Amino acid sequence: MTYFEFLNTYGPQLLDGAVTTALQTLLAAALAIGIAVVMGLMRLSHNRFVYGAATVYIEVFRGTSLLVQIYWIFFVLPLFGLTLEKFTAGYIAVGMNLGAYGAELVRGGILSVPRGQWEAATALSMSPAIRMRRIIFPQALLKMLPPWGNLLIELLKGTALVALISVTDLMFVARKINGTTYLSAQAFGSALIIYYVMSRSVITPFMRWLERVMTRKLGRA
Amino acid sequence: MKEPVQKEYPRQLEGEKVPMVRFRDVTKRYGDLVVLDSLDLDVDEGEMVTIIGPSGSGKTTVLRMLMALEKINSGIIYVDGQPMTHMPKNGALTWADEKYLRRQRTNIGMCFQHFNLFPHMTALENCIEAPIQVLVLNKKAAVERAEGLLDMVGMLEKAGEHPSRLSGGQQQRVAIARALAMRPKVLLFDEVTSALDPEVIGEVTQVIRKLVNKHNLTMLMVTHQMGFAREISDRVCFFYDGKIEEQGPPEEIFGAPQSERTQQFLGAVLEAT
Repeated sequence: MTYFEFLNTYGPQLLDGAVTTALQTLLAAALAIGIAVVMGLMRLSHNRFVYGAATVYIEVFRGTSLLVQIYWIFFVLPLFGLTLEKFTAGYIAVGMNLGAYGAELVRGGILSVPRGQWEAATALSMSPAIRMRRIIFPQALLKMLPPWGNLLIELLKGTALVALISVTDLMFVARKINGTTYLSAQAFGSALIIYYVMSRSVITPFMRWLERVMTRKLGRA
Repeated sequence: MKEPVQKEYPRQLEGEKVPMVRFRDVTKRYGDLVVLDSLDLDVDEGEMVTIIGPSGSGKTTVLRMLMALEKINSGIIYVDGQPMTHMPKNGALTWADEKYLRRQRTNIGMCFQHFNLFPHMTALENCIEAPIQVLVLNKKAAVERAEGLLDMVGMLEKAGEHPSRLSGGQQQRVAIARALAMRPKVLLFDEVTSALDPEVIGEVTQVIRKLVNKHNLTMLMVTHQMGFAREISDRVCFFYDGKIEEQGPPEEIFGAPQSERTQQFLGAVLEAT
């Protein structure tokens, strides 16, 4: 069987899998960004309880394996009465995990905004909320974008693990094809290429574009 | 800052002329280092007071305490007759909380050595942001006010530019307009010309001169420009070791300083220029 014949036969399945992977990535990324912003801000709180809660979250999700977290959310939470569909469990686990990494990027980005900006906002009587939303965060965002590009690629690759709870993503499909045909090189080779294309020609250009847009918007072009 | 046993401070007396700014027994320490040592300082309404002194003498700290960017360790500061560092609570004065401070800060505007304009906003947006967000002015009124002020500082033509496109002198003029847009009663200048190239210092001092001549604004200025201080000030305070070593009209301080330390300082500074 030539690779062309292989693609003819299994291409549509692989494509379906890729679509699922893309969806997992999108949903997980949205969740990760939300969690990162909330946890990152909580890490800057002077309230010990708020700070502590965020620290525990970040430590737990960064310090343990993503695969174990996926299993926990899919297999263990039902024992506590919370049953999630495998697709949902997949992106939630990935999003929560990468969100913990993102929280540190948010915190670092915010702290990297020069002190003078905080003081100028304070001197103009801005409340902490207005100061963060209007002055600090927009500037922090620009500094955060490059590391976020990295993180989103990590996230895309991390979604491959949801195949292990039978979400029919790209990795799942590749494994299935391998299992029935033993065409390992073609099956996993195709998966490899598709993952690479997704990160290299979707995520990276998108982040570059976002950086350019933000830079222009922030007037530093 | 803990809630210490607070000494009784006299409220402003009826009929007494209320200074615009009043420091009473203000002490600020960083660890063991005393930056302000029981400072007493009154500034009258409309007065231009310049603070000079060697670095580390606490002059910038005076402005930062007044703006409440940092908390004082003891003493009290009044602005326009109202306590700034403290707030009335159950008939006594306790340390001001954030909300009270925020309200009191609207009385004071501050210009910084490094301008600290918001880089993601145009000159105009810099000037309307706080009036809209804090004073809840509608956008039209805020723009009108900002344009008037940008015109006054000679920056109306550059209203649509981001700070990165402006020279230091231009940025500082926008920063002055931004501070004025809040209609403060007191304006603070913290070494506003120190970070500027020599050839643009004049455009900033020109704006300050204009403010002194045309507006009844109370101003405190920390500067290293002795010539400008001499020309513009109603009073000059020479700071040394967290205290006012000597103060008086500029002609006296620069012409016939009494204190040996003042003489030494001025001698060294004038020799350097």
